[in-house]
Amino acid sequence: MTPIPRRRRPQSPPAAALAAAAGGGLSRRALLGTGVAAGAGLALTGCAPPEPPAAGGIAALDLPTDVSDTEKTLKWANWTAYLDMNGKETRSPTLEAFREQSGIDVEYFEEVDDNDSYYAKVGPQLRAGQDIDRDIITLTDWMAARLIRDQVVQPLELIQMPNVVSNLLQPLKDASFDPGRLHSITWQSGFAGIGYNRDKVGRELKSLDDLWTDDLKGRIVVLSEFRDTAGLVMQSQGVDIESDWGQAEFEKALDFIEQKIDEGYIRKVKGNSYMEDLTSGNAVAGITWSGDIFVLGFDTGDPSWTFTLPESGGTLWSDNLMVPITSTHRRNAQRLMDYYYDPAVAAQVAAWVNYVCPVDGAQAEMEKIDPDLAESPWIFPSAEFIADNNVQQFRVLSADEDILYADLWSSKVMGN
Amino acid sequence: MSALAHVAGDPAVSPAPPAPETKKRGWTAYLLLLPGVLWLGVFFILPLVQLASVSLQSRYPGFPGYYYRDLNFENYVSALTDYAPHFARSFLYAGLATFFAFVVAYPLAYAMAFKAGRWRNLMMICVIAPFFTSFILRTFAWSQILADEGPVATVLNFLHLLPGGNIINTPLAVVAGLTYNFLPFMVLPIYASLERADPRVIEAGGDLYANGFTTFRTITLPMSMPGVLAGTLLTFIPAAGDFVNMELLGPQQGKMVGNVINDQFLAVPGGYPVAAALSFTLMAAILVMVFLYVRRFGTEELV
Repeated sequence: MTPIPRRRRPQSPPAAALAAAAGGGLSRRALLGTGVAAGAGLALTGCAPPEPPAAGGIAALDLPTDVSDTEKTLKWANWTAYLDMNGKETRSPTLEAFREQSGIDVEYFEEVDDNDSYYAKVGPQLRAGQDIDRDIITLTDWMAARLIRDQVVQPLELIQMPNVVSNLLQPLKDASFDPGRLHSITWQSGFAGIGYNRDKVGRELKSLDDLWTDDLKGRIVVLSEFRDTAGLVMQSQGVDIESDWGQAEFEKALDFIEQKIDEGYIRKVKGNSYMEDLTSGNAVAGITWSGDIFVLGFDTGDPSWTFTLPESGGTLWSDNLMVPITSTHRRNAQRLMDYYYDPAVAAQVAAWVNYVCPVDGAQAEMEKIDPDLAESPWIFPSAEFIADNNVQQFRVLSADEDILYADLWSSKVMGN
Repeated sequence: MSALAHVAGDPAVSPAPPAPETKKRGWTAYLLLLPGVLWLGVFFILPLVQLASVSLQSRYPGFPGYYYRDLNFENYVSALTDYAPHFARSFLYAGLATFFAFVVAYPLAYAMAFKAGRWRNLMMICVIAPFFTSFILRTFAWSQILADEGPVATVLNFLHLLPGGNIINTPLAVVAGLTYNFLPFMVLPIYASLERADPRVIEAGGDLYANGFTTFRTITLPMSMPGVLAGTLLTFIPAAGDFVNMELLGPQQGKMVGNVINDQFLAVPGGYPVAAALSFTLMAAILVMVFLYVRRFGTEELV
């Protein structure tokens, strides 16, 4: 039997064209030239990226006409478990009261899961001047700094918000990323420290070094917010994170964290979802946020969930309410912000969320709701508590540092 | 199998069908092509061009998250030098998942095609049923099932069969997750080609004194090759670009390229160009591998 010669398959037209181009005596240089030319063509064909903000600052921008007088609506984007809720977690009593009192219909969206991913979603739209259909967004200090720098938030009229002016705690009035609070108002603050289950760990954890022991190997989660995780590690390495440290200090902390991952002590670096690892038992300790651990203890009914600040210190951050540049309901937003700075209302929220309350006078109101919570340093920390425990705020990064450090964090810790 | 259309190179897009017989017929054919061509143009070509354009942009100095048009091939250099191990890992895990999916899927498809009888429809539903729930939710479920204090790890630990003490957050869990998630894509094409095989040809193997294994090797397997080829492509390609399984089931150390792309897009201010360059490189690498694979193992026709 003679073998049948295998027929050569016809090439697809693009392949044939490519083969003809390559085989037709085209030199390597010419081919390279064609590649660059094709690249140039492609580079010009895509949509133009948005221009960076002008030098005039937010004050020089044209704002959309405010229609708050005629449209009594407001859309608010916030994080989960960050507002008081009724028993079934369907409605917020304070928000209901606001609706009664002001006639403004508030749509509340628990859609912020992570600063980066939220701004990655809405940022391109805001920079291109497209409406994102939200009137208030809630983001952490450093991200608020970025939004203000990108000029995508509206200036606020403090004169319309007497409660805010008189009740915003003094230290928060001086926020370095927004002097005079012209663009952002604090919603809640919180601590980052060590959260752990005392029963499962079997002892007290007092410093970060207590985490790196054989019995906890692979059972530790840390936060993917580098200002908290690297901040705490830098503090334990003796760095004053509020002052002028530089890349060397930051990299030293990252090397340390990378080493702890490589050695198998740190199991995962996670955003909000670190709570799942604590509930499922994959992890029993870690660098966590204060309110989460109290909520975890409450939800699981397990009193051995403990939050503590390491001896070397912890971080304090705040989340801030801002009005995106495209919103046409700024006046409504300001009424809501002012409403939540009424001490009685603020105390109601703080009793539910268990984070640090930024409102002066809320502590006295809390006495009426729950005297124990009024004494809690995790909700109403005194200046001495902050100083004694070396609670610090990660310093504001410049634009170039912002990129550089996020890059380092991403390559060394998040995706190594 | 319409899903195979793009793998095989959609005949709808290859220009100029050979010599239309009459003018009138040609026009109708082009009109019928129009929706498909428009769809591909708007949802495939345009985004691809935009992605290519972004992959060559540069960061605007002083403004994180802003870019200007450029011919910055440096993005590709850094994508390849910084993240070469991530590419290797992606292809390794996707390759392993494809292999294991094949090992599980072939006997399953074979049983469904030749042995199932009246159970065939039920088996088919069982294969397709996972599609009724979201991919992410199913992977989340696995992260609960494989958790340290979950059923699987507890039993294995009790039997001292788990040297590391945990399943979740290991490469094993990632490969298992990928295998599980893409298994139906392997089963269905193999089943489709086996089911169409003429049983008389297989019988003829027996008539010619071939034993069961020889019949399988020389008749059944070659007949099912188009399905195997399609199945391996449908498994390998999405698995190589996947990041969900690594994110939810994988370890902190040793990420796949999909995770890096995700991270550059979402977490690094100014990461768009590198993310786009990584995506393009991944696409090109997969294209080359698939091309070589189809050249080597391809049959004249797919399915």
